[in-house]
Amino acid sequence: MQHGKYRFIVGFLALPLGLYALFVVWPFIQSIYYSFTDWTGLSPEFKMVGFDNYKRMFHDDIFWKSLQHSLLFALVLPLVTIGLALFFAFMINVGGRRRRGGPVISGVRGSSFYKIVYFFPQVLSIAIVSLLFAFAYNPDSGAINSLLRGVGLDSVQPLWLGDPSLALWCVMAVLVWSTVGFFVVLFSAGMASIPAELYEAALLDGASRATTFFRVTLPLLWDTVQSGWVYMGILALGAESFAVVQIMTTGPGGPDYSTTVMVLYVYQKAFRDGQAAYATTIGVALLVVTLAFAAIVMRLGRRERLEY
Amino acid sequence: MKTTETSAPLPAEPGATVSKVDVPPALPAGRKKKKEGTVLNVFSHGMLILWAFMVVMPLLWAVMTSFKDDGAIFNSPWSLPDKLHFDNWARAWTDANMSDYFLNTVLVVGGSLIGTLVLGSMAAYVLARFDFPGNRFIYYLFIGGMSFPIMLALVPLFYVVNNMGLLNTIHGLILVYIAYSLPFTVFFLTAFFRTLPTSVAEAAFVDGASHTRTFFQIMLPMAKPGLISVGIFNFLGQWNQYMLPTVLNTDPDKRVLTQGLVQLAASQGYKGDWSGLFAGLVMAMLPVLAAYIIFQRQVVAGLTAGALK
Repeated sequence: MQHGKYRFIVGFLALPLGLYALFVVWPFIQSIYYSFTDWTGLSPEFKMVGFDNYKRMFHDDIFWKSLQHSLLFALVLPLVTIGLALFFAFMINVGGRRRRGGPVISGVRGSSFYKIVYFFPQVLSIAIVSLLFAFAYNPDSGAINSLLRGVGLDSVQPLWLGDPSLALWCVMAVLVWSTVGFFVVLFSAGMASIPAELYEAALLDGASRATTFFRVTLPLLWDTVQSGWVYMGILALGAESFAVVQIMTTGPGGPDYSTTVMVLYVYQKAFRDGQAAYATTIGVALLVVTLAFAAIVMRLGRRERLEY
Repeated sequence: MKTTETSAPLPAEPGATVSKVDVPPALPAGRKKKKEGTVLNVFSHGMLILWAFMVVMPLLWAVMTSFKDDGAIFNSPWSLPDKLHFDNWARAWTDANMSDYFLNTVLVVGGSLIGTLVLGSMAAYVLARFDFPGNRFIYYLFIGGMSFPIMLALVPLFYVVNNMGLLNTIHGLILVYIAYSLPFTVFFLTAFFRTLPTSVAEAAFVDGASHTRTFFQIMLPMAKPGLISVGIFNFLGQWNQYMLPTVLNTDPDKRVLTQGLVQLAASQGYKGDWSGLFAGLVMAMLPVLAAYIIFQRQVVAGLTAGALK
């Protein structure tokens, strides 16, 4: 198969690789270079300023706030989302009561219904979800406060997104709402591939459901959980958190910068304030945080691979 | 029920599992356990139902609200509409430019999806099936794009696109969508092409088919299941894309759905047509939800396959 091989390879790779290099790789390289300049983005002229942008960043209170919030996103969101998803997936696939004559391991009644419904938010745009919840959170006419009034809790009328101490949690709740379903379905697929004999053996030994989960399901699902963890963390640091914060919170960035995240701060510095070079500096910090997060999760989660 | 003698083929510390078993199944203890099990069952079922309710409720609420008039939306968010205000939908479709946003989205996603699948499968095929210097490097270059924060690249990208005269154009947006969809597509399809048998392609090659012809007439049809999975994944990602158009597509006439709705929400504060906005939201939601319910199995396979690999 040597005939014309290289011509074919070049012909097939040129277009995709060229497009990718031009629109993805090249901008990444450029942005690292720009972080050492005083480029505004508005004029083509700029000069090198060394580490000035980085020095400025370390003294920028809003940057530290955004870093803090982004780290909180990366820690709390995967924990809550994956925890809930593991619980639901286990109930759906393994939690069913044993029925006479049925298979030893079965999900609860209506498990396929749950799987379909839980996945709904995943197919909707995060922008639409954010708009919807922005209305629900509205303190005067929103669905949540009016529900609270309806059940007699007239005194409990939080400002939700308007309250600096609550806003960040409101935003995170929306991200949990929209991503749990994906992980339920993902973990369900993983659980389905665990051989039933292992569960049978555990049941014969009288293991409770909790024991079965921690001793059988979780160890065998570990690889999937770990890659889900990294995936969720990258989402929480990047595109998803940008959409929710930018759309839902006032400013955007919330009252008193209470919901500013790094990715939003990059956007604002570049496209609102005309400080493109400084924006790329924060972007580089975001890159470092993202890669460090992935490396730490992979490192801490390393275990012996279980073959079954 | 003598469990201590059965060897438990559990991978994780089998001894520990066995030692936790209460061996004498005395009647009272057994009953107590059963009762605990029931409580646990009620709790778990309750949680499952509660979450299903929490997922469906906001969506139903949005549909219901889209049929109410403005006054009812603000004064009684949970009441049923007094009558079905279909005029909200008509207003959203024409006055609020939802029809334009739909058309733009269909054009952008249609173009990007075809481009992504064609270019992605070409690159993946070469990377999966041919040995050449730099193969691994190019592969990891593509894969690396999955974990980098896109926003970092968007700042210079804005000016790259602007200098090429592609800012605020549909075809410019298509090219950028393709470029940012390639990492996952190449990753997924490379793995898929590796699983296909080599003998068919070799036979075609012996019969005198060129590499190009072998690819388009033999390999692509064989790769159809993989293409469908990755196609659904990209369709949803591109249809729901918000960050890329927000940065690169600032012309009001070229807005895509997500962007258009967000802009509409921002400007409704001045115009006060909230019912029209809700109609627009539901309009944007329904086609994707309907498509999901119809192609449920394929969608789930397409979205989870990559993460399980």
